[in-house]
Amino acid sequence: MYARVATCWTILRISLEERLVYRGDFALGTLMRFLPIVTQMFLWMAVFDGAFGAGRGPGQQIAGYTCHSIIAYYLLTTVSRAFSSMPGLSSGIARDIRDGTVKKYLIQPIDMLTFLMLNRVAHKLVYYVVAIGPFALVFYLCRDFFPEHPGGLYPGWPDAATLAAYFASLLMAFLLGFLLEATLGMIGFWFLEVSSLLFVYMLFSFFFSGHMFPIDLLPGIWGELVRLIPLQYLAYFPAAVFLGKVTGPELTHGLLIQFGWVVFFLVAARTAFRRGVRRYSGFGG
Amino acid sequence: MATIEIERLAKSYHVYQKSEGLAASIRGLFRRQYREVQAVRGIDLQLEQGEFVAFLGPNGAGKTTTLKLLSGVIAPTSGTARVMGFVPWHRDNAYRRRFALVMGQKNQLWWDLPAQESFRLHQQIYRIEPDRFDRTRDELTGMLQVRQLLSQPVRELSLGERMKMELIAALLHSPEVLFLDEPTIGLDVIAQHNIQNFLRDYQQRRRVTILLTSHYMKDVVALCRRVVIIAWGRIIYDGSLEGIIDRYGGHKVVSFQLADGQIPSDLGRYGEMLPEKPPRAKLRVERSVVTDVLGRILANHAIKDVSVEDPPLEQVIAEMFNQADDLPKDKLAEVPELLSEE
Repeated sequence: MYARVATCWTILRISLEERLVYRGDFALGTLMRFLPIVTQMFLWMAVFDGAFGAGRGPGQQIAGYTCHSIIAYYLLTTVSRAFSSMPGLSSGIARDIRDGTVKKYLIQPIDMLTFLMLNRVAHKLVYYVVAIGPFALVFYLCRDFFPEHPGGLYPGWPDAATLAAYFASLLMAFLLGFLLEATLGMIGFWFLEVSSLLFVYMLFSFFFSGHMFPIDLLPGIWGELVRLIPLQYLAYFPAAVFLGKVTGPELTHGLLIQFGWVVFFLVAARTAFRRGVRRYSGFGG
Repeated sequence: MATIEIERLAKSYHVYQKSEGLAASIRGLFRRQYREVQAVRGIDLQLEQGEFVAFLGPNGAGKTTTLKLLSGVIAPTSGTARVMGFVPWHRDNAYRRRFALVMGQKNQLWWDLPAQESFRLHQQIYRIEPDRFDRTRDELTGMLQVRQLLSQPVRELSLGERMKMELIAALLHSPEVLFLDEPTIGLDVIAQHNIQNFLRDYQQRRRVTILLTSHYMKDVVALCRRVVIIAWGRIIYDGSLEGIIDRYGGHKVVSFQLADGQIPSDLGRYGEMLPEKPPRAKLRVERSVVTDVLGRILANHAIKDVSVEDPPLEQVIAEMFNQADDLPKDKLAEVPELLSEE
């Protein structure tokens, strides 16, 4: 047990050091990711202005969202995405399979999923340290856009229990995002080239995770459908929890389903790896 | 019990076949034709503890497939193998902590970090006691003279230095069995020599069992007494290095220089003339008549310098492929790949 923890800590520490090597590129990349946030805010303002003339008041709503609440929602999904998005994970796994690097995990006594996960945790930690400043600034500038919560800790903040649920959903969003993309990457054991498939996934994820727009805007059957697939737990769900749109038994229910998806994809990733390795070793590696 | 025991081990692959041209590519979208390639066709091999064995053969002969089977990366189509009592493709952690595979063309170290960080990681993965880790690392870095490079990012090391670091990473957990796949590929002569010296010293110190594949005959001559030659998935020779020359090298090479610096036109009567820069001359002479030929040359000419050598190992092995009757002759064209030296 102790040895396992020590191994995990070493992997994490070395991954952190690796991330810190290219500090210039990293800082620039992190800051550039704030540009879309700004453009998206202007886009929503333009949408509301177009719909209602000068449409930023509380009375002017689209499916229950005012211009300000939708911007607050959007900002919160960027936080969700900061946990759940895994740039390069699937394609990296597929590349390792294609060029044979995956052999390392067969030869050395090390578990691939654990290793990649710790590597990702390191990526995320470094990212948060750099990104927390700009994030805080944007949220501070937009502080009046967040709704009042009864019993909130501060204006615009939910109560302690909701906040705890929010962090739990963010943590699970990380796990779900990681396991889902890892499973996708392992399709590379069967099809050597998976980039088109990943592109389709990214597209779906962009629309149906709630990153592009709140999924409760989707009408009828589409709305129902999107609630059945796990993508909403990557962006929409944590944001909705923070905004107090999901409460009481519905919240418990939502967290349980999210947890269920995490377990589902954990099993899926493990199974895909086991079967994939069997196929790989049968076909020659 | 032998350290490595292989019995009737065979491995075949399905390989997608595509004829040339666009039309064939379109047909391939709907129905793919596969061909069965027998990479290893039932080999038997035993290695005792502490042996250093060269595993030779042309490209595509089945060397790497065999190493992959023994390191557990792939499972065989039929047959059995045991390494230190383990079935490799079961991939027990206990087995994985006791062997290492080094591939000259693959990089296992973290590219952007100093090698010592990768070593730390190996310490954890392989559960090496801190004391033993420090001792082994210091011993290996000392032997390979890279101690001062430990804190330099791997990407800034030369190819030879990187290979040394790869070797250290693979040896930190003191594996009892070592598979080396082309460890000196792409290195310059000096770096090759350093790696050879290290491998020889290390093997003598630790008495580990090593199976080495290499295209450089100099590696083989420097390191291995026993040679196993595989071609088209089958073992065609298993014995001592000298044995190959005795059995297949039916001739010697006599080279000499005459005192007057001339090359007589009638040298052909002593044996087949081999290309050589004047004023030296080189003859291929049947082994049984070497003494006789030497006597005649010495009697008829004033000699400045003379030497008698075994033919180069490359040539002997090419000869062996020629004599192995059950091998497809059309494949002989592939043999020169084995022979290309440096």
